[in-house]
Amino acid sequence: MESFEPVLLANIQKPDSHTLRAYEASGGYATLRRVLKELSPAEVVEEVRISGLRGRGGAGFPTGLKWSFLPADHPGPIYFCVNADESEPGTFCNRILLELDPHQVLEGTIISAYATRATTAYVYLRYEYPLAYRRLSEAIREAYQAGYLGKNILGTGLDLDMYIHRGAGAYICGEETGLIESIEGKRAWPRTKPPFPAVEGLFRKPTVVNNVETLACVRHIMERGAEWFRSIGVPPDPNDPRDPGSFGPKLFCVSGHVNRPGCFEAPLGIPCRRLIEEYAGGVRGGRRAKAVVPGGLSTGLLSADELDTPMDFAGPIKAGCLGLGTGGVIVLDETYPIIDFLHNSCRFFAHESCGQCTPCREGTAWALQIVERIKAGRGRLVDLDLLLEIADNIGIIPGTTICGLADGAAWPIKTAIRKFRGELEDYIKRTNPKGWRSTRPVPAFSLEKTDQANSMRTPVA
Amino acid sequence: MGIVIVDGKEVEIGAHERLNGIQVAARAGIEIPHYCWHPGLSVVASCRMCLVEVGTRDPKTGQIVMLPKLMPACNTQAKDGTVFVTNSEKVARARAMVEEDLLLRHPIDCPICDKAGECRLQDYHFKFGQSERRAEIRPFTSRKRDIGDVFLFVDRCIMCTRCVRFTREITGTSELLVVNRGAHEEIDVLPELPLNNKLSGNVVDLCPVGALADKDFLYKQRVWYLRRHPSVCVLCATGCAIWVEENQDRVYRIKPRENPFVNRWWICNDGRYSYPVIHHPNRLRGAWQRQNGNVSSINWAGAIGQMVDKVQQARQPALCLSPFLTNEEAYLACRWIKQLHPQSTTALGPIPRQGEDERFPGGFVISGEKCPNRLGVEGVAYWFEQPPLRFNDLLARTAEGHFDVIVVLGGYIKPWIDAEQADALRRATALIVADVFPTPLSDRADLIFGMAFFAEREGSYVNRQHRLQWSARAIRPPFGSRCLGSVFWELGGMSGLYQPREVLAEIARTIPYFSAASGEIPECGVDLRVNQLAEQTVSTGQ
Repeated sequence: MESFEPVLLANIQKPDSHTLRAYEASGGYATLRRVLKELSPAEVVEEVRISGLRGRGGAGFPTGLKWSFLPADHPGPIYFCVNADESEPGTFCNRILLELDPHQVLEGTIISAYATRATTAYVYLRYEYPLAYRRLSEAIREAYQAGYLGKNILGTGLDLDMYIHRGAGAYICGEETGLIESIEGKRAWPRTKPPFPAVEGLFRKPTVVNNVETLACVRHIMERGAEWFRSIGVPPDPNDPRDPGSFGPKLFCVSGHVNRPGCFEAPLGIPCRRLIEEYAGGVRGGRRAKAVVPGGLSTGLLSADELDTPMDFAGPIKAGCLGLGTGGVIVLDETYPIIDFLHNSCRFFAHESCGQCTPCREGTAWALQIVERIKAGRGRLVDLDLLLEIADNIGIIPGTTICGLADGAAWPIKTAIRKFRGELEDYIKRTNPKGWRSTRPVPAFSLEKTDQANSMRTPVA
Repeated sequence: MGIVIVDGKEVEIGAHERLNGIQVAARAGIEIPHYCWHPGLSVVASCRMCLVEVGTRDPKTGQIVMLPKLMPACNTQAKDGTVFVTNSEKVARARAMVEEDLLLRHPIDCPICDKAGECRLQDYHFKFGQSERRAEIRPFTSRKRDIGDVFLFVDRCIMCTRCVRFTREITGTSELLVVNRGAHEEIDVLPELPLNNKLSGNVVDLCPVGALADKDFLYKQRVWYLRRHPSVCVLCATGCAIWVEENQDRVYRIKPRENPFVNRWWICNDGRYSYPVIHHPNRLRGAWQRQNGNVSSINWAGAIGQMVDKVQQARQPALCLSPFLTNEEAYLACRWIKQLHPQSTTALGPIPRQGEDERFPGGFVISGEKCPNRLGVEGVAYWFEQPPLRFNDLLARTAEGHFDVIVVLGGYIKPWIDAEQADALRRATALIVADVFPTPLSDRADLIFGMAFFAEREGSYVNRQHRLQWSARAIRPPFGSRCLGSVFWELGGMSGLYQPREVLAEIARTIPYFSAASGEIPECGVDLRVNQLAEQTVSTGQ
């Protein structure tokens, strides 16, 4: 692990790293030429499958397996979607890739489209990334000019058109069927499955949706081979037959109360503590970390005792989190109140719930209402149990909603209460010592009210 | 053929049946609550009320493996060996939570809500909900918004999106849409594009709560006072199956009745809002005679006696049947006049038409032929006279003096005859008219009968697809009007009360066209075509 050499971020420090000239100078598009000349699509799929690459977008589904679900003899078009709607709080690795090395992603996309026999690729780009949009548009223009895109790519007869579709700022568009609906011009309401997108996706045709970082990995797998990829990371747990292992490098975005926040490339399985101490320069102000979000807000919290959790696809799950997620590590130091974390995450998910399924639409709003009340000094101890039950219903009883993002809304609530119950109970007892219970209308949350309520023992009538 | 297990009960399904969990459970007599799913609309599985446990039974070992997740029954196909569990603790908890979620912001204004009494949210709350409210009680708002043909009570909406899917899939007009996101979601229309189509009333029936309210029915009547009667719409030849809902002989609304062969779950607004015609103040009531230009009221017995005398003494009488009559009325009238005067002629009244058939993307058809029973009346008339006289021929031959006594049985909803045509019929020495509304013809007739209308009489109609449907009597006719069927029943010498079912049985025995109608008439009616078996195979094969 000491000899780890970054590949995904290898070029970003170079001048003009986003241009085709700089990319080709560092050996770019050579892999594409070789793959198109030497390998059949099935061989590419097989190579990716052997490499054990798992989707970097959050769910960690094996990419090669996903591609193999496509119908083999589909006569019509197959669509390829690049998920660049990176909206998970605490995550910005796709942004780095698209702004500083877009050609790396393009090359990975073209190879993947070749492997899946797709002839049209859509990049679903988050609206809030204007620089990424300009750089990616420019990169696509350059690629068309250089013959890497368009008709008859590099004289091999492969056709691929690529379009950028800019989102309008909704979190739900990062869900693959929500993304598909959004490209179709509809409201981004995730579809019920089955049928899965591989069978009936965009415009009711077979569709693959892959994350930007996954595609960048595909490019390096095809360059260096599956064996190289498998040499990095964590092998499957022999005791768990369903664990496919976590291989390859991963971009971790460390933010929050650290000295040097940023996006770092590290092998999967690196302990969370090392990521904070070595890569991000330790917790700010010499303090200790109280809690760490392992992979984007929706994965929940690791407590200070769990910092040695290996950051692979299985590690955070064992520590009671939703999963590795997107690798967006958010560090909260010991001065940060958990109630604020709870409030912030509830507010985010209540705002971003797409509103299709009842448990998520109503549950997130209800949870926010309760947390706001607790924060305003009118909490009750039973509220914590109620919050847990709401969280359970939003997503932890699996299957209560159409898409997986509801689980993400439930997990921060669940882990915050399970792991920091003492602190929350203290807060409630301190701010509401008489256990005062209101049946009166609760005014909407505002900052002035909170300060007032925090300083006063008896609540305002 | 396959076996599906629902809560331990085995349910058989056909080899080509595509049923979901809700439908299969209904076969076993088990209700799975649902809001967003509707058999006529696409599946979105968003309300999450129908969550059940799903598993499969291994055909060889018989071992049952359950999925760890709860699955929406509406989106789970029932196959051979599928197992549904709907009564477990886990399912009950999920349902209770969905109910609690839906009631968080739902205004509890049931006392002033039109839907109270037939509201799913109410019903399911009693069956599956929690006894205690755990959320804060906040002041609720009740915003009423005029979105075109119906009112939208925004805060009552539970976002099942049935109405949105209806306007997209069935009418193809797409007026309704969802705006905003998350808990702020609302159903709305675009400015300048209100909900305005010929099927828009159906969104009110689709709404499982009181969010969409009928402008016509709003605040008129509490639904638990209404009694409903199966009937058939008489506005066009489609002959939609309907429920006529009345309270104390006053019809308050008309709702569609499911008939997979005719209207499925829908009816058009013309039919839905046609009921005021029943209570129209201008209706003909009682029996009247005209002597020397003076109209005077006489009793029915006297009027009927006069009619019998006139027909008996006629040289050449004619009977004109309108396509609004029931088969039984037409049959009894024809049989009576043929017995009384074997030389009599049977003619057909004019067929009202208005434009072409209107077809909707969802398969619904509003027929251009604006009468309910042309095929049935023609079928009866052909049996007594081959071929029956067309209305224009009747006019022409009366003008030539061919007929001296003419009996016209009307029942038209809209004005159907002009003064010129009425004058032509007036050439006969005696003109006897039964109708619902005064017309130029009734203004000239010697004897005038006020007859009962569609909700006021029992009988059968044959729609444009040759499907015979039974329509029950919903209310009594207005005072003084009589059902023509009972008049001719008495004239035919039969005793007791008018029994249209017996008459239909006789028609089925006598007239080959109606032979399929012998025996019990199912709710969805019977297809009278000879090749009906082949037709049905084709339609189910689709």
